[in-house]
Amino acid sequence: MTRSGMLRDAVIAIVALAVLVAIPFVFTKPSLRDFLIYVMAYGLLAMSLNLLVGLTGLVSFGHAAFFVSGAYMFGLLMQSGNVSIPVAMLITVAGTAMLALVIGAICVRLKEIYFSFITLAFQMFIHSIILTWVSLTGGDQGLRGGIPRPPFLGIDLGNSVALYIFCACVFMICIVVMRQIWQSPFGYTLRLIRDNPNRANYLGVDIIRMKLGIFVIAGAMASVAGMLLALFVSGAYPEFGFWTTSGEAIFMIMLGSSQLFIGPIIGAILLRLLEHFVSIYTEYHGLVLGLVILAIVLGLRRGVADFVVEWIERRKAARAPATTEHTACAKEGAL
Amino acid sequence: MNLEALFSCLSSSACAVTQVSTALIIGMLLFMVASGLSLIFGVLGVINFAHGAFYMAGAYIAFFTYQATSSFLAAFLAGAAGVGLIGVIFERFVISKVYGKDILMQLLVCYAVILIFDDLVKMVAGPEYKMMGMPEVFALPPLELAGGFVPAYYVFMIGASLVIGLGLWLAIEKTRMGKIVRALAINPQMVGALGINTTLLYAAVFGIGSALAGVAGALAAPTRTLTPGMGLSILIESFIVTVIGGMGSIVGALIAALLIGFTRAFGAIGFPLFVDGMMFGMMAIVLIIKPSGLLGREVTR
Repeated sequence: MTRSGMLRDAVIAIVALAVLVAIPFVFTKPSLRDFLIYVMAYGLLAMSLNLLVGLTGLVSFGHAAFFVSGAYMFGLLMQSGNVSIPVAMLITVAGTAMLALVIGAICVRLKEIYFSFITLAFQMFIHSIILTWVSLTGGDQGLRGGIPRPPFLGIDLGNSVALYIFCACVFMICIVVMRQIWQSPFGYTLRLIRDNPNRANYLGVDIIRMKLGIFVIAGAMASVAGMLLALFVSGAYPEFGFWTTSGEAIFMIMLGSSQLFIGPIIGAILLRLLEHFVSIYTEYHGLVLGLVILAIVLGLRRGVADFVVEWIERRKAARAPATTEHTACAKEGAL
Repeated sequence: MNLEALFSCLSSSACAVTQVSTALIIGMLLFMVASGLSLIFGVLGVINFAHGAFYMAGAYIAFFTYQATSSFLAAFLAGAAGVGLIGVIFERFVISKVYGKDILMQLLVCYAVILIFDDLVKMVAGPEYKMMGMPEVFALPPLELAGGFVPAYYVFMIGASLVIGLGLWLAIEKTRMGKIVRALAINPQMVGALGINTTLLYAAVFGIGSALAGVAGALAAPTRTLTPGMGLSILIESFIVTVIGGMGSIVGALIAALLIGFTRAFGAIGFPLFVDGMMFGMMAIVLIIKPSGLLGREVTR
């Protein structure tokens, strides 16, 4: 990645963060703030999953395992009352990374659909442990008693605006980290593994180790998403780790785009908006949602963001046929 | 965990017989659903995530037919044929559009179909629980076996599933049509070049696989409560069965379905909260040791 590209990313990230932080001051309705925190938590989950799905071609059905472990580890650490929020977050990320290392070491050796199934199996195993270990986790009632938010460094997350800004900052830091991975030589190695594993092998790439690396990173990022949600709802529930949560994250990726860096976020926003508005007009929102998905998959045959990007590029290409090559390069940079 | 209860049940023959019969009917229902899933995957190479919705459709079709005709035979046949037809339509208009696409596309259209089916059922039948009740044909005294009682319907269900499973196995392994279907699984171009209409055959195989889910739904209707969304749990379990037994293997599906049935029936006494964990644990172990399943062959496609 070039230095100018990195500079551009940094500028975009700062502007985006400024916009995110400004929103609650312009539109003061608390429901909008709640909506955005929700989108950020689930968007981050979908983004982290896309490091596996879109970048490496590893279709994990069990990514919510790390989402739920993030939420519970963080919740339990905070309830113990011995650590401050930032310390608890760091311990949780490290702990989940360890968990992802153990699970990943077993999973990444399997190929294609078998990888999907074994990740699902591990996720449901963790879900069952949470349900069974009632004395620690509260079983199907979830982590009860709320998660305390003691002030640290003069920041009081009991204030809902402060909580929102904190979530926005954490969210943006994670996005920037993932963007660096997406554009790094490591990221391009992962694309090579996705597109042509044999060739990667001949070039001397240790495929297992690379896959394990991105599996651990994606798991750690998912734990941050889980922590944001746990902080926001002040609790943790076994549903965070049910297979439907993983399914929803996959759905967000497909709705947005798996190849565009911010595609999953777009998908998360679209899905939440769709659910929100459809449930206002009809109680049969599953029916409408299902028809919309069918229309997108059978009609567009790709994510909505993919479709829009391609449409813009086709228009550009039609306007300036001579510079097609140039736009192709620009596209590569934009991804 | 309550292993004492498990041991005391195993040592009393009455409790053991009851649990074994429960294990067998859970296993047989799963076998029906999973063999359909396995057949579709083995031949078409797609994973029909909507299979649970088909099971639900079978149960509801049987329920309404039984209300209208009060004949269990009619309900059973309507469930099988109706879902078979739904399967053919689904294959032609939806799934065939995503053949060869990545698995996520298949997952997504199936997810859409699950959502649509659940809401359609809610619209037609209402969101509340429905009970079909035991058909009068089976209003017989339960069989007494070593001190335990087994309802007559259970015996019918186990027998019917075994007969259908055997018929399916014979049709695939011993008939000319079965040979063509097996060839289709390995080399569709060659089958097409020999002048066989592969499009039709794909639709037919998908229809039969779906009909098996319909059969399971119709068989389950008298013993289970019907709810929109009842397909989801059986979908997950039948996945475990197909993975453990091996994708595309009917015999493997039977063995794995029985394994899961016994785990469920006896786990409900010994470790009720950890039954799911146990099942997924077994699935993980099988995947680690032999990813293609107990009796599966490596998929080349």
